[in-house]
Amino acid sequence: MEQARIGVFVCHCGVNIGAYVDVPQVVEYVKGLPNVVHAERNLFTCSEEGISAIKKAIPEYSLNRVIVASCTPRTHERLFRAACEEAGLNKYLFEFVNIRDQCSWVHMREPGKATEKAKELIKMGVAKARLLQPLEEIEIPVIPSCLVMGGGVVGISAALNLAEQGFEVHLVEKEGELGGTLLDIYKLFPTNEQASKLIGALIQKVKDHSKIKTHLSTKVKDASGFIGNFDATLDEDGKESKLKVGTIIVATGAEELKPLGQYGYGKFPNVITQLELEQRMKKEGFDGQNVVMINCVGARVPERTYCSRFCCMTAVKNATLIKESNPTSKVWLLHRDLMAYGVEFENYYRKSMEQGVRFIRYELEKLPRVIGNGKAEKVKVWHQLRGREVELSVDIVVLTTPLIPRADNEEISKMLKVPLSEQGFFLEAHLKLMPVEFATDGIYLCGSARWPTDIAEGVSQAYAAAAKAAIPMRRGYVKPEAITALVDEDKCSGCGTCEPVCPFKAIELQARDGKKVSHISEAVCKGCGTCGAACPAGAIIMNHFRDVEILAQIEALFSKSN
Amino acid sequence: MAEFEPQIIAFTCNWCTYAAADLAGTSRIHYPANVRIVRVMCSGMVNPMYVFKAFESGADGVIVAGCNYTDCHYIDGPVKCDAMFARLKKMVHVLGLEEERLRREMISTSEGVIFARVVEEMVEQLKKLGPSPFKIKMETLA
Repeated sequence: MEQARIGVFVCHCGVNIGAYVDVPQVVEYVKGLPNVVHAERNLFTCSEEGISAIKKAIPEYSLNRVIVASCTPRTHERLFRAACEEAGLNKYLFEFVNIRDQCSWVHMREPGKATEKAKELIKMGVAKARLLQPLEEIEIPVIPSCLVMGGGVVGISAALNLAEQGFEVHLVEKEGELGGTLLDIYKLFPTNEQASKLIGALIQKVKDHSKIKTHLSTKVKDASGFIGNFDATLDEDGKESKLKVGTIIVATGAEELKPLGQYGYGKFPNVITQLELEQRMKKEGFDGQNVVMINCVGARVPERTYCSRFCCMTAVKNATLIKESNPTSKVWLLHRDLMAYGVEFENYYRKSMEQGVRFIRYELEKLPRVIGNGKAEKVKVWHQLRGREVELSVDIVVLTTPLIPRADNEEISKMLKVPLSEQGFFLEAHLKLMPVEFATDGIYLCGSARWPTDIAEGVSQAYAAAAKAAIPMRRGYVKPEAITALVDEDKCSGCGTCEPVCPFKAIELQARDGKKVSHISEAVCKGCGTCGAACPAGAIIMNHFRDVEILAQIEALFSKSN
Repeated sequence: MAEFEPQIIAFTCNWCTYAAADLAGTSRIHYPANVRIVRVMCSGMVNPMYVFKAFESGADGVIVAGCNYTDCHYIDGPVKCDAMFARLKKMVHVLGLEEERLRREMISTSEGVIFARVVEEMVEQLKKLGPSPFKIKMETLA
């Protein structure tokens, strides 16, 4: 290997480092470290000036390794790597040393110790940088086809969006028809349009679209591979087929909680849920005279703390519709808080009051009670304003329950290797910055599979997920990080210890010249390095974090010499 | 004689504990300057050899820290780290080192305070224990 020629750029970060760490002293020290041929300090290494200093020094001092001692790789590694690349240096020959977050900011009261620590951290960085190797990122083609799981309004919206952009879409629905939960819904808030009209038109669009292949009564049985190249096995009523897709969107929705044992549900035939009310309204109309709705049943309670968001408006809508069709009816809506956010919903809520829907606020400590014999006859509820319990006669009690995660979420989560939240919904990579992406590249999520949403929100997320999925498919290739593990086939004894260790199924034993050796798929490997720790023969090399590099860091810290 | 200042190496995973250390920084949480972080991708990739190397080279204490079970970037890295650590604990005992010199932590991204507290606690413990007996032996050999 050629002799390492290291350039070190020590950053003042204005006063953030410079006020606590004696930067000039550190630079003088660094100049004496082995293989360091250039060291300088910058007021801000990340500024245009700092970046051009790096780009200038690389050819000037024939640098083949660059170290920046400043903040954290979590925010700035990309920038400095790019600077190296622009100056013709492989970006994996760059090493980051953190002397701000790990040093000046936490040892402000001990500037002497902070300076010594900064020197040692850089010394460790130099020891590692000496051994760094250039790595090449492979370019992997992306199949311009997307698997959309879930044929409800959200899945359909994502599918149509991608198909309109020209991508092939496989839309998989486990039921015998498209439409999902909307098939059971009567009218939609806040427009009061027929749900069947909206979903019917969308289903027709899907049917007419040549780019969408719909798979009904089908489940995704297995999926493997990685962004750009997923292999999926579909199971259509016991008949299996294989698919190759570049991206996957999870739009499997959620289901309504059936509150068995609460408020007489399951015991009294006239205690039903909102969804059951919708089904009845849609099929045969509704003719109740005395109606009591109870909100937040099974939601925002200690065992299920979340708010399902759209159910307040569902209750307000159904209560209003009952009053509209039968103005002499009495409709009571018992609620804890009422979420009627935004312009539309607040107006909608006001309208329902004008129509004569009566609202009573109840508290978790004083729950309403449903009383009856064979069927629900009365609801007793503590009326805060009157300061006493009131008794309401009922023909029907409607319980407003939240959406809960589908039972097969866990199965899907294991199959796709994507996480679930504590509650059991699918968990995005970042709540604010990556809301429709999983941490696993190439897999996206939207709608109530992620969190209860109303239709407008769900469709917006579907479009967002489609836009995200389109990026790699439009570009045509992906370049995964080259920080992956590699097998030294001469050392590998083919024992297979590493194979089950890999959480991403990137490792398989392959035949080589009459013996078995482990093989790691670069494209599948995510670079956790756990296989390397498990290998008894030391045959697995974790690129950019090789054993020799880490051991050198440790040794450097304790060595008395420079 | 100056007070004994223990030297600690912390192997931290890239995703959680390294980020927690960053957060301790951005929140300006003061902790003793006795720890040096070695960044690894996952706590499950910490080879027992690294820990031995640290003690052999003169570390008074070693921390192996990464994500919690539920927020591992690589699904089950902490489980692998646990298995490795259980074996290491026994071996450390064989080497004649006190148990407190080796610490396994799970510190998530948001737990900058906990990272600082762990370092503080360990420095305090190690000051009581004194220099690593292993280091003393190695020095007499040298």
